[in-house]
Amino acid sequence: MVVLNPILLKIQIMLASRDVIRFAWQALKGYRTRTILMLIAMSIGVASVLVLTSLGEGARRYVRGEFASLGTNLIIVIPGRSETSGSGLGNMMGVTPRDLTLGDAEALTRHPNVKQIAPLNIGGAEISWQNRKREVTVMGTSSELLSIRHWSLSRGKFLPDTDWERASPVCVIGKKIRDEIFTAHNALGQWVRIGDNRCRVIGIMSSEGQSIGVDVDEVVVIPVASAQALFNTPSLFRIFIEAKTRNAIPRVIQFTKDTIKARHQGEEDITVVTQDAVLATFDNILSVLTYAVGGIAGISLAVAGILIMNVMLVAVSQRTSEIGLLKALGASRRGIIMLILTEAMLLSAMGGIIGLTIGQLGAWAIRSAVPELQAYPPLWAAAMSFSVAIVTGAIFCLLPARKASKLDPVLALAKR
Amino acid sequence: MIKLQKIHRNFQVGDQTVHALDDINLEIGQGEYVSVMGPSGSGKSTLLNLIGMLDHPSSGQYYLNDKNVTELDEVEEALIRNNNIGFVFQAFHLVPRLSAAENIELPLMLAGIDPDLRKTKVEQALVSLNLTERAHHKPEQLSGGQRQRVAIARATITEPSVLLADEPTGNLDQKSGHDVMDILEALNQRGITLIMVTHDQSLGDRSVRSINMIDGRIESDITKNSDHVSVS
Ligand SMILES: Nc1ncnc2c1ncn2[C@@H]1O[C@H](COP(=O)(O)OP(=O)(O)OP(=O)(O)O)[C@@H](O)[C@H]1O
Ligand SMILES: [Mg+2]
Repeated sequence: MVVLNPILLKIQIMLASRDVIRFAWQALKGYRTRTILMLIAMSIGVASVLVLTSLGEGARRYVRGEFASLGTNLIIVIPGRSETSGSGLGNMMGVTPRDLTLGDAEALTRHPNVKQIAPLNIGGAEISWQNRKREVTVMGTSSELLSIRHWSLSRGKFLPDTDWERASPVCVIGKKIRDEIFTAHNALGQWVRIGDNRCRVIGIMSSEGQSIGVDVDEVVVIPVASAQALFNTPSLFRIFIEAKTRNAIPRVIQFTKDTIKARHQGEEDITVVTQDAVLATFDNILSVLTYAVGGIAGISLAVAGILIMNVMLVAVSQRTSEIGLLKALGASRRGIIMLILTEAMLLSAMGGIIGLTIGQLGAWAIRSAVPELQAYPPLWAAAMSFSVAIVTGAIFCLLPARKASKLDPVLALAKR
Repeated sequence: MIKLQKIHRNFQVGDQTVHALDDINLEIGQGEYVSVMGPSGSGKSTLLNLIGMLDHPSSGQYYLNDKNVTELDEVEEALIRNNNIGFVFQAFHLVPRLSAAENIELPLMLAGIDPDLRKTKVEQALVSLNLTERAHHKPEQLSGGQRQRVAIARATITEPSVLLADEPTGNLDQKSGHDVMDILEALNQRGITLIMVTHDQSLGDRSVRSINMIDGRIESDITKNSDHVSVS
């Protein structure tokens, strides 16, 4: 190995100096067409990474937002056990899962970390008013559901805060149903027929847009006891539990399982899903997707790198006599390598910056076109694509640079 | 100051070996004015490249200022080329995208000299070679004679002790050829060692010492104005 002597040190200083950058810059300016071509290739690579990852990130934010609108610290109890393991014995004995009942839901309220609970019963029924009728989804629930699921009303009130077991002839309807059944009439206070029962419209839901799960615009909400009577079943479709804090969720889950098990003769015949778990799954899928498209776009960067290598190889053979001359004037092999390398790095850095700008503009264009999609390119994508641009520029330039440094100056300078 | 001992330079072309330099023994003192002549292919350029450390001998020793430079590594060679040797080529070899001043500045830039110092040096060189008005012109905007003057300014900007010129007037008309010769000789007057390859007998006759080469050997080595004439 070469010992670090003053000469080498001097070269190091030279390499770091602005002169090299200026020299490289002049070379890039001198060969305008190839410079512009390489800048385009490099910036397309960087920009596509940014745009694609911003799409992925936008999708992730969208899903997150949708989940947040479903409710926070939410625990959902579903009748029946989803895992095949655990209650295998029960299944083998032919025991069908017991129904979830209002009694179960009541029992679950008795935990200090439970903020509120809403039972849910769901089914289809016909709603009619005067001579208009249509099929609707009927949700039987309690007053708590409104705040658990962050719904809001455009007019009137939600279900009254009464005993769950008490049926009462009231209903809250979605906006679309109001529009179709009542058209220009005032819906509030009107008596409608749902299935065989009559009830009074006390509220109209405000439009929530497309919410995951149920389209709020097309439901009719009635008290859970009324729904049980309507569908002639005591069993619940879901129990929604809102924990007081995020940290309390595991304790509430354990309490839920224990309570239901105790009430169901030792069978843990329910499935407990948390908002967090579902969200985490979606989050994972979308993150992987974002990395994947980012990676695929990254390949275009490598392609740009190969292009740079080719063009630099051509550049080196075009500039053979110049390189020979630089050697005659006192440039060492390292000096030549650094000159070529600086040129390539300058090129990739500029291409990277242009690409970042184009990518941000592209993401902005997506956000303007689809405001629901918060398509911001993630920081890691910007950092990664920029450094990949620089590194590929450097790596793919090593071959041409080495080739240049090994040129025989005598041959390079020989008149042709 | 330049001392070549038993220098051979062979090129392998196919299965044939070309002896471009065949047992060259030569000493050139500081400040000498030497012309190298001889038929085409006799090894003149090869000799010059070897002295300029652009090429390496196949065998033999080369001493520059009493230092055996055949043993130096590549970085040290580059440094010597930068500091001690100036090249002037028949084809000028100016960098086309750089201005005259920037071309002249190149060796100083490669040496890592401070920009302010570089600027004054380049300005001096432009003045002394009567190029001030052409400082910002690109090579393509210059005449042949002007280009060669830029090349000479560049070759001498680091104040080397040796100036190697391989047919410096080969691409020039007679008038600018003579101008260039005047400049080179003036530089020699001020102490630089001038070694010039030429095909032109009238130019060769101007030098104090003329070496004639044939087939890679020094056929004659004559120093004028001296009773001592050596033939090797
Ligand atoms: N790189 C090389 N490979 C093979 N042979 C070479 C090489 N360089 C020079 N030669 C051979 O060496 C011999 C001397 O070449 P050189 O260029 O020194 O001649 P020259 O005297 O400068 O000729 P000219 O007057 O034409 O410039 C020639 O026979 C040439 O063919
Ligand atoms: Mg020659």
